[in-house]
Amino acid sequence: MTFEYAPAPESRSVVDIAPSYGLFIDGEFAPAADGKVFKTVSPSSEEVLSEVAQATTDDVDRAVKAARKAFEKWSALPGAERAKYLFRIARIIQERSRELAVLESLDNGKPIRESRDADLPLVAAHFFYYAGWADKLDHAGYGPNPRALGVAGQVIPWNFPLLMLAWKIAPALATGNTVVLKPAETTPLSALFFADVCRQAGLPKGVVNILTGDGSTGAALVAHPDVNKVAFTGSTEVGKAIARTVAGTDKKLTLELGGKAANIVFDDAPIDQAVEGIVNGIFFNQGHVCCAGSRLLVQESVQDELLDALKRRMQTLRVGDPLDKNTDVGAINSAEQLARITELADAGEAEGAERWAPACELPSAGYWFAPTLFTGVTQAHRIAREEIFGPVLSVLTFRTPAEAVEKANNTPYGLSAGIWTEKGSRILWMANKLRAGVIWSNTFNKFDPASPFGGYKESGFGREGGRHGLEAYLDV
Amino acid sequence: MSERLSVFKTYKLYVGGKFPRSESGRVYEVSDAKGNWLANAPLSSRKDARDAVVAARKAFGGWSGATAYNRGQILYRIAEMLEGCRDQFVAEVADAEGLSRSKATAQVEAAIDRWVWYAGWSDKVAQIAGGANPVAGPYFNLSSPEPTGVVAVLAPQKSSFLGLVSVIAPAVVTGNTTVVVASEKSPLPALSLGEVLATSDLPGGVVNVLSGRTAEIAAPLAAHQDVNALDLAGADAGLAKELEIAAADNLKRVLRPRTEDWGADPGTDRLLAFLETKTVWHPMGV
Amino acid sequence: MTLRYARRYAPLVTMPITVPAYGKEAAGRLASMAAVTADDGALRRFLHGLPGVDAVGLEARAATLGTRSIKTTAKAYAIDLALSMIDLTTLEGADTPGKVRALCAKGINPDPTDRTTPKVAAICVYPDMVATAKEALGDSGIHVASVATAFPAGRAALPVKLADTRDAVAAGADEIDMVIDRGAFLSGRYLQVFEEIKAVKEACARPDGSAAHLKVIFETGELQTYDNVRRASWLSMLAGADFIKTSTGKVAVNATPPVTLLMLEAVRDFHAATGVQVGVKPAGGIRTTKDAIKYLVMVNETLGEPWLTADWFRFGASSLLNDLLMQRQKLSTGRYSGPDYVTVD
Repeated sequence: MTFEYAPAPESRSVVDIAPSYGLFIDGEFAPAADGKVFKTVSPSSEEVLSEVAQATTDDVDRAVKAARKAFEKWSALPGAERAKYLFRIARIIQERSRELAVLESLDNGKPIRESRDADLPLVAAHFFYYAGWADKLDHAGYGPNPRALGVAGQVIPWNFPLLMLAWKIAPALATGNTVVLKPAETTPLSALFFADVCRQAGLPKGVVNILTGDGSTGAALVAHPDVNKVAFTGSTEVGKAIARTVAGTDKKLTLELGGKAANIVFDDAPIDQAVEGIVNGIFFNQGHVCCAGSRLLVQESVQDELLDALKRRMQTLRVGDPLDKNTDVGAINSAEQLARITELADAGEAEGAERWAPACELPSAGYWFAPTLFTGVTQAHRIAREEIFGPVLSVLTFRTPAEAVEKANNTPYGLSAGIWTEKGSRILWMANKLRAGVIWSNTFNKFDPASPFGGYKESGFGREGGRHGLEAYLDV
Repeated sequence: MSERLSVFKTYKLYVGGKFPRSESGRVYEVSDAKGNWLANAPLSSRKDARDAVVAARKAFGGWSGATAYNRGQILYRIAEMLEGCRDQFVAEVADAEGLSRSKATAQVEAAIDRWVWYAGWSDKVAQIAGGANPVAGPYFNLSSPEPTGVVAVLAPQKSSFLGLVSVIAPAVVTGNTTVVVASEKSPLPALSLGEVLATSDLPGGVVNVLSGRTAEIAAPLAAHQDVNALDLAGADAGLAKELEIAAADNLKRVLRPRTEDWGADPGTDRLLAFLETKTVWHPMGV
Repeated sequence: MTLRYARRYAPLVTMPITVPAYGKEAAGRLASMAAVTADDGALRRFLHGLPGVDAVGLEARAATLGTRSIKTTAKAYAIDLALSMIDLTTLEGADTPGKVRALCAKGINPDPTDRTTPKVAAICVYPDMVATAKEALGDSGIHVASVATAFPAGRAALPVKLADTRDAVAAGADEIDMVIDRGAFLSGRYLQVFEEIKAVKEACARPDGSAAHLKVIFETGELQTYDNVRRASWLSMLAGADFIKTSTGKVAVNATPPVTLLMLEAVRDFHAATGVQVGVKPAGGIRTTKDAIKYLVMVNETLGEPWLTADWFRFGASSLLNDLLMQRQKLSTGRYSGPDYVTVD
């Protein structure tokens, strides 16, 4: 006998997905102007979950008009009243968190353990945090009576669909803006469920509008002349296109883009916890994390010890059904993303890095990629420079702190970095030198609504979270 | 058919999460604005004050060590629970302060909203009252606010509920624990608030409510060596001076009484009154 | 759709062939580490050179493992496994032969209504109760474990501790649960602690050349820091411990998941370094099936199959047994059981 964990599936019946969804404009669901729809599938099984509307330029216009109309009253509400709406939303999300977690795992492919224990608690906390700011804007350090911008056009990615929605919508509403939000093409469902949360909270019509669609919908939204604020999270390539689009307008812009974070392990690191941090840094959410610790920089003197421990740990990762409560690594979000990961991993091998993955049988249906490690990677390799956005770790080495800093900073990105050492003064010295927006020491991938998040360089600009996150939505 | 005889409520103290009668075994008469008898309230002794300080001290470690997020959630929960028994408080406040129903309603609603206002401050106060300090040297230097400790609060005498909430909430949201002396003449809303706090996930001992003669209870609290701060909102000028002198023995932080409009925007004065600032230095070097 | 999980395969690191800590070969393996225990300075440098433990990260890992969902067949397996790993314990001043005999009867036959229920691993008593327990257990195969060395404080002179140990062994104890001198450990006299464990290990020897197995109790609640626990683990294993054990059950803080996880990691690393297999016993405060399963999950995902037997993992517990029995009854009957349907001893 061996200790095999029996399947422990989370019940799917907690969520009721309709066969089709329209666009959520001015408090009502409506089909797209030209009636076009697209399907959203579960990436772990390729099962079609629902059909959603493909918003056109006309729909974008209608949504922006609704948001504009709602803006007048919403922005004039006393902050304390806006706060109470947001508190309601936070509470309803807490109440419905199991339903939303299952939905998120179905549509995105992430393990239920993560959607249940990370995504949903953070979503609720984010609304809770910004609810508290709505009536305290005078105290936020932006002078007396800072004003809302108007209509915010927000485009979010597929890696944390509901969490990215929370990061966008909570501060926007707290500061008195109204929003038109476009969720990612492959993960539209949780945003549509959020529309229902708004209904339960009694949020006035038009304050939140949700447009599903592909890149063309997003492009139309950010280009709309009556949008005052554009917030985008996604690839650096699209971020640059958006920056060009809004050039010469009055639109305020914040961008949260790609990353190629270094996770730096010194020889005096707490090794077992560093291994956990490395695993969490790159395999959390299948590596679909812009701040993922995708480059492991390990001091040469502990390389062997660390890699042995890391490989041993990777062998215990459980890859499979996202709804199984014991799954650690779920499905890759889409065929397209799987192809990109596969292509880059193959390039890593072709360029001479050594590839390793634990023996692991992947399901036949759906999109899967085994947790993978590359050793012998150099700064010149594509897998050391390009964002893979998947469960692939590139291992490089260094000899001195200065070399670690140099290599860590040697990228156009600058979103995050990790430092593992028991020596406090070195942590702070390193943190001082690293050109990245978030530095984790002896931990990784930690998020909190009170803590600002955002990048240096081509990882974007502006901050989400914390007091700093208000600035993006205020006329300051 | 005869009219149903109502069941009177026995008002009790709220200490350490429990509802004891006064150690003194004594009560005093509480009347409405027209002098009609409303209820008997416990007449707290110095021993009740002592017990309340012990309870507050015991609760301090857990409450101040809870995450700001957790404290915010609990304060918001208090607002939710109060919303559910609004009518009871409207009646008590109307009786206590001689207000019309609509005016009493406005007081109670403002009090509920005040909990919401302070709930939101839990995880923001450090962001306005702390920060990084650019010292001239290779040091990381960060200042953060921390709660002072056990705060003895003399609740406002006239505003029996809105005033009461306006002094309790800012003290506890930052992690202090409190011993609250209710309005002497109108203690019933405060004693009822204890019942709401007990069912709002607020750990026992964070707020302790005593009723009785303000001057009698305040004296031992002001002199108590294990009390860290004193809010004199409910003391008149003479008593306030006396208590402030007693408080000097262990250098309690003292918030003096002043003319207050409890209905106005509360600002951050009371929030910041019972905080210490801790600054941490750490070298930066390879 | 069937989904399969990544499995643990053969260890990556080429490890020496595994030998049990109580086996004859272990001494030779430990001799290879003699340099680090040569004197106080060497031992201190070695123990302080072990990688540090980040408390937050360790606790987070233990908590994550605690979210594993063990259902149906896995749960049935885990319950029986946990039952077979219990050191059923009574360590009270009020213990009597009658009490000990009742406990032994319960250990042999935990659930009178279901004879398929596994027996416990050992009965754990004070030295003066060893003979009684030995007699009561007869040829059941259940071991007698005896605490010794002036348990639980360990505040006695070494000769007293050794006499205590020899007494218990002579009375028939199969296993000795000793306590380390926490005072010496906390004041940095590591070599003294090391030598004391070695001496007790020698006192575990029987005239026929066999020996009682030695469990070394750290009282982790008194050692306070995780770094100390890791050092105590290595120190004890180097001194020849067959098992390392968290607690006496007599102080405020007993076994916790993070402390146990850390000890499992130390055992894993010691095995990788020497090939010597050492067991782990969390004790105190483990009262529910849910708790016990969390510990088994930690063993499974840290050390794996070779440690998932009563030879290498034990629970020091008393009330845990009845909860396991009630859960076992629930699995077989489908309805929740109650305390009236398990025996109270």
